[in-house]
Amino acid sequence: MTAQSLVVATAPLDLAGSGQPLKDRAFRWMLFAALTVGVVTLAVLIAYVTIKGWPRLNSTLWTNMPSIRRPERAGAQSAITGTLWVISFTAIFALPTGILAALYLEEFARPNSRFQRLVEINIQNLAAVPSIVYGILGLAVFARALALGQSVITAALTLSLLILPIIIISTREALRAVPRNIRDGSLALGATEWQTASRQTLPAAIPGIATGVILSLSRAVGEAAPLLLLGAVTFITFNPTGPLSGYTTLPIQIFNWTKDSREEFQILASATIVLLLVLLLVMNFVAIWIRNRTQKRW
Amino acid sequence: MPEQSIEMQLSSALTDGRSQGISDEISNVVFTLDDLRVFYGDYQAIRGVSLTIAKNEITAFIGPSGCGKSTLLRSFNRMNDLIPGARVEGLLAYHGTDVYGPDVDPIEVRRRIGMVFQKPNVFPKSIYDNVAYGPRVNHIKGNMDDLVEECLTKAALWDEVKDDLKKSAYALSGGQQQRLVIARCIAVRPEVILMDEPCASLDPIATSKIEELMRQLAVEYTIVIVTHNMQQAARVSDRTAFFTAELDEAGVRHGRLIEYGPTRQIFSAPQDKRTEDYISGRFG
Repeated sequence: MTAQSLVVATAPLDLAGSGQPLKDRAFRWMLFAALTVGVVTLAVLIAYVTIKGWPRLNSTLWTNMPSIRRPERAGAQSAITGTLWVISFTAIFALPTGILAALYLEEFARPNSRFQRLVEINIQNLAAVPSIVYGILGLAVFARALALGQSVITAALTLSLLILPIIIISTREALRAVPRNIRDGSLALGATEWQTASRQTLPAAIPGIATGVILSLSRAVGEAAPLLLLGAVTFITFNPTGPLSGYTTLPIQIFNWTKDSREEFQILASATIVLLLVLLLVMNFVAIWIRNRTQKRW
Repeated sequence: MPEQSIEMQLSSALTDGRSQGISDEISNVVFTLDDLRVFYGDYQAIRGVSLTIAKNEITAFIGPSGCGKSTLLRSFNRMNDLIPGARVEGLLAYHGTDVYGPDVDPIEVRRRIGMVFQKPNVFPKSIYDNVAYGPRVNHIKGNMDDLVEECLTKAALWDEVKDDLKKSAYALSGGQQQRLVIARCIAVRPEVILMDEPCASLDPIATSKIEELMRQLAVEYTIVIVTHNMQQAARVSDRTAFFTAELDEAGVRHGRLIEYGPTRQIFSAPQDKRTEDYISGRFG
């Protein structure tokens, strides 16, 4: 008997069923529509500012300084360099602090102790504090009490506090993703807890940490509210010369230009928004790239 | 193999095993356990265990799941210290020194008593760096290249990886990874190697390679192995300790040692009914 005759011998089954019910399809469309809201918003936003800012999307945007009297020749150079200065110092302050704090909580603190739970809740609350509140803190502590005034360092310290909880939370997640048996393997060889943390756990978690750090820094790049409180609204036509120098940043510059009623400044603001968006998207892509490149190592 | 009864498999394993000529008496003692009890918080995982482990022998811990054999093994090099709430009572002496004594540094204990885990836990580093890691953290001086070659050779891995030392250890197969873990373990020059079900995640060919390796290593090292595989215990070990989990008067399960002796004796003439039932497959 061949296999074919066996197949023929079997009575055909009715597998047609009742098809996809209407409710199922409607639900699928609802989900898809919800998804579209976000994507379409971003697309419209980018299209709008690109079209509006197009006339000024050329090299004068980053070669020229802002100007009040001659909008047609004004650029955003001082805001670009200011952003780079502020974000570099933010990284210098927030990275080591955040990573070391996370390392302590994850690797050294007694797990599930009352202390650890208390700190955990506090960090989560801190991450939910509105950024304007950090601005008030920065103004009172860094600008006034420590007399750092309206400087790059004041802005960087304030933004560091703002992103610190995000760095701690994402670093802890990255550390937690490192399998327990890597630590066991290291400790079983006679390595100390510090050697295990610094030579195994932390290096193994770096891709995850880098992703979290880049995303938090891109949040800091886009912040305007705390810097407005810190007095960054003043008109700056020079690049920062040091940590104590005055500064402006891209979001602040955009804010200043959009306040001006002249059409040229509106166009200039749109062009600068495109620049800021490109910077943020590049940072996010780098974060995603790092994450994808290093996925599933164990 | 499926045609053979468990008894026949075991007896053939015993004939090519290494347990011939092992006497009841242990002259060269490495570990002495006296009424050793392990607790997790209030729960007592292991009831008083008393036994001695001989130098340059392979001692196997067998028994059903949950009998505490892995827990006991992890107390030998104080790996249980890392589990919050874990506590050891009674005596666990290593060459006469209480491993849980007040002046004992667990790091020093772990350097002398190495461990190989159930799942090959290679580090996310190169093959070379995996082996060199232990000597580096312990500040062992000397030519690292020579040491790496020596350890990989002893672990029967050198010929397979000598041209790929810079490659990631994750590129190796499971069996190769486990031999790498063994090479990494002997690189810190321990005296004892604890193995916690080292072949549990390996196929039969990789398993037989590891077993062969264990016999070679026993010339130089003292090996204590936890295994679920009775044939493996019969094939490789000199002495076998049989554990089981039993309910106490209050209805709480504890692991306890039932019988300990030369492997040949445990498998061919067990003294306890429970051991006999377990090795003949009637229970567990």
